Amino acid sequence: MSSLIHLTASALAEKLSTGEVSSVEATQAHLDRIAAVDGDIHAFLHVNAEAIAAATDIDARRAAGEKLGPLAGVPVAIKDVLCTIGMPSTAGSKILEGWIPPYDATPVAKLKAAGLIALGKTNMDEFAMGSSTEHSAYGPTRNPWDLSRIPGGSGGGSAAAVAAFEAPLALGSDTGGSIRQPAAVTGSVGVKPTYGGVSRYGAIALASSLDQVGPVARTVLDAAMLHDVIGGHDPRDSTSLTDVWPSFAAAAREGARAENLKGLRVGVVKELDSPGFQPGVSQRFHEALELLTAAGAEIVEVSAPHFEYAVAAYYVILPAEASSNLAKFDSVRFGMRSKVSGTVEDVMAATREAGFGPEVKRRIILGTYALSAGYYDAYYGSAQKVRTLIQRDFASAFEKADVLVSPSAPTTAFTFGEKIDDPLAMYLNDVTTIPANLAGVPGMGLPIGLAPEDGLPVGFQIMAPAREDARLYKLGATLERLLEDGWGRTLLSQAPTL
Amino acid sequence: MSETPLGAYGAAITTDVVSHLANLARIALTPDEIVKLTGELGAIVDAVAKVSEVATPDVPPTSHPIPLVNVFRPDIPGVTLTTAEALAGAPEHDGSRFKVSAILGEEQ
Repeated sequence: MSSLIHLTASALAEKLSTGEVSSVEATQAHLDRIAAVDGDIHAFLHVNAEAIAAATDIDARRAAGEKLGPLAGVPVAIKDVLCTIGMPSTAGSKILEGWIPPYDATPVAKLKAAGLIALGKTNMDEFAMGSSTEHSAYGPTRNPWDLSRIPGGSGGGSAAAVAAFEAPLALGSDTGGSIRQPAAVTGSVGVKPTYGGVSRYGAIALASSLDQVGPVARTVLDAAMLHDVIGGHDPRDSTSLTDVWPSFAAAAREGARAENLKGLRVGVVKELDSPGFQPGVSQRFHEALELLTAAGAEIVEVSAPHFEYAVAAYYVILPAEASSNLAKFDSVRFGMRSKVSGTVEDVMAATREAGFGPEVKRRIILGTYALSAGYYDAYYGSAQKVRTLIQRDFASAFEKADVLVSPSAPTTAFTFGEKIDDPLAMYLNDVTTIPANLAGVPGMGLPIGLAPEDGLPVGFQIMAPAREDARLYKLGATLERLLEDGWGRTLLSQAPTL
Repeated sequence: MSETPLGAYGAAITTDVVSHLANLARIALTPDEIVKLTGELGAIVDAVAKVSEVATPDVPPTSHPIPLVNVFRPDIPGVTLTTAEALAGAPEHDGSRFKVSAILGEEQ
């Protein structure tokens, strides 16, 4: 049943609902795929031993005539940043090795309630700090398109699992691009919802004012269906919006059917239109714009003059919030504890020295510096002001355009080791994705082709005003259809066979 | 701006500064790590300092992208973790409490 792994989630859901395929068959096919290829890819840190039991239960409930959700029985991979009862949750860190949370993150609880089958936990940069998975304490994930290249980060495991057909769907989290940049370099689809659209309860916090959990998939419709499952208000997250959200799957279906894009104003952010980007990325981006123009969209240039300060503001705000959030790893309540003797503070300091990797230490020290007395106003205070200026840039851009677009990332997948010794070069890789996190607006990354110079996937980013996530799915699905009509097949079907 | 243990604002980042920060952050960095981080931190701080270029006094700060106010939920007793569940992930416990080594050093 190897063909089961190549189905989209929506197609698999259809076959499950008609009884053509059982959840046990679909789940087993994916477990077999993981067993066959994950030695090369290393997308998973943990495979769920209870997956078949969960699938058996869903099949029995379906057979008994129970009304199940649209994705019931479909397998899903979960980024290791999300707490899961019964499965280790390490956030890619040695300090949490083997830790099994006593509760499920809300997005995970929603997956279970909707009948999806958890395949396991996916690899990531430690505490989601990174753009390559090279900062995982458990070794990097490899890009299914080229095993010598990075799968993006921090959610490289989720993106690679989906791109390598190890899972039809996955959950990610996006603090500065950790869903959209991996989607770009693996040829998959990823969405960072509006801040507050998906609960953060049980997502091990990196930077609380930036973090957002979202869907990873192979098609826009599949991402929308997963978003419909995980979204919505959660009283356990004080930043959770109380909005009633429209069906994103309906938006994606509407977009896929749309005959043209007449009346849609697509804003190209001048500052993100390929300044020094890889030529093939820029070329595919402009070809996609031509496709949208041919379909009737109006392309308008917009300027966001403060975006050039976004990376700097982000690398003040993120370390500041992270240094506070990571104070909880104190060797007392959970996680590892060093064997050194001494006071509780000695043990704490030795544990954090042994348990955190270099990037985590770097950002904690940077955040501690930025929050220090005498420095707070100059760094953190200024960065918060830049955040206001970036929000204003978005507001004025959205007066001229319904959506904003850019390449998802400046380059295609880089090779292992290329940026690991240059933190600033690694940070600049997030230049396209960070503004959306700072402003809380939703963003989608979807594949638009392969760069001519290296044959690797290129991503296209769509951003919408806060609360207008449906616009991403509608336009994303139209663009996906236009591209696939041109290619005559999907992008991922062009990936090398594993 | 007053002198801090870190030196005045704008002063170069030295190994002493990084040692002080590591102590504040409770990370027992090795001497090699301190040397490496001193160079890296200097470069990163120089790069992020550009935030102050546009942060004029008339711009209000934003701490939260979509501010919500007065977020309360009904105070209803519900199922919470049992003591055993709460202690299950702890490195050491005595069955009802987390266990740690001495809080105060001998000299204190």
